[in-house]
Amino acid sequence: MSKANLLDRRQVVSTLLANRKDVVAIGGLGASTNDMCAAGDHARNFYLWGGMGGAAMIGLGLALAQPKLPVLVITGDGEMLMGLGSLATIGLQKPANLSIAVLDNEAYGETGGQTSHTSAAADLVGVAKACGIKDSQSITTMAEVEAFAKAVHDVSAGPRFANMKIDSASLERILPTRDGTYILNRIRGDLGFQPI
Amino acid sequence: MHAHADAADTAPNWPDDIFATLQRFDVRQVPYVPDAGHSKLIQRVLDSSTMRGIPLTTEEEGVALLAGAWAGGQRGVLLMQSSGVGNCINMLSLIPILRFPFLTLVTMRGEWGEFNPWQVPMGSTTQGVFELSGVQVLRASHAAEVPAVLEAAASQAYNALTPTAVLLSQRLIGAKVFTK
Repeated sequence: MSKANLLDRRQVVSTLLANRKDVVAIGGLGASTNDMCAAGDHARNFYLWGGMGGAAMIGLGLALAQPKLPVLVITGDGEMLMGLGSLATIGLQKPANLSIAVLDNEAYGETGGQTSHTSAAADLVGVAKACGIKDSQSITTMAEVEAFAKAVHDVSAGPRFANMKIDSASLERILPTRDGTYILNRIRGDLGFQPI
Repeated sequence: MHAHADAADTAPNWPDDIFATLQRFDVRQVPYVPDAGHSKLIQRVLDSSTMRGIPLTTEEEGVALLAGAWAGGQRGVLLMQSSGVGNCINMLSLIPILRFPFLTLVTMRGEWGEFNPWQVPMGSTTQGVFELSGVQVLRASHAAEVPAVLEAAASQAYNALTPTAVLLSQRLIGAKVFTK
């Protein structure tokens, strides 16, 4: 069901990536990866087609390896729910350059729109805060999305977490490449690392 | 506490051998789930200025973390116990898909004098789970062979992108005993 007062996911993701400069972005398994591609393919886009629940941890590994680089995880509520423990791991490591944006439509859009735990019980912002990620907020307006997109570039003040309530309308799929080795090596190449 | 089955292994310095190898291979990120068999190595990592020990809430987090580390140009190693291997299965699919260097060091339970039957099912299938998932398995059962096994494992994992698990057998570590 689409609700008028909720954010448009594509608009949110294009805003997050509009002035991305050197940001490395990791998309979670599902629609968030398609949203990243819809905003424009990029050498620093890490698209996930599997490994559900792993997006935030890929972000953490990258953020720790490249502490001066802004790392942004853009994932869905279902994917984040599968890796809740990773919020505790991130809360402990406190990578100052890592930001996590959850596109929360309270549903599993890929599998037929079944409601997720965030629709009735789970408060992801509460979880992130309780896991030690102090800068955790709920976002409901595009002005807040814009402010978050700007904050992502401050690599000295994270980690930060935002749960963005989005419209659950089903959108046309914009599919990025499915070749994982290509995706990962393209990022490494763009960061200046040679193949082995 | 651990009791040592082999007299020759009663003064374990094999964790130091492992640490030295990891250092030589420029390993930087060391995700782990706390484990008695790895306790000495974990302490060495936490005291190190070049490696970062990263405690996890579950082992699968470590597989995803190492993919991200490699994207950012760093090598890592995942430390876990045999029971944790079961927690990783779906996340292991990232390894062939992304083709990043994967090395894990697994302390074994459920074999060689195990007293806890609950450890046996996962301990018995650890090697099979890895092999079905496309991860090559090497084993060290005696302290003397640890350096050579680690050298081989690190070399093929990092230089040949061959996913590798080293099983540190319960014979090496000593069967766990609980005393009242």
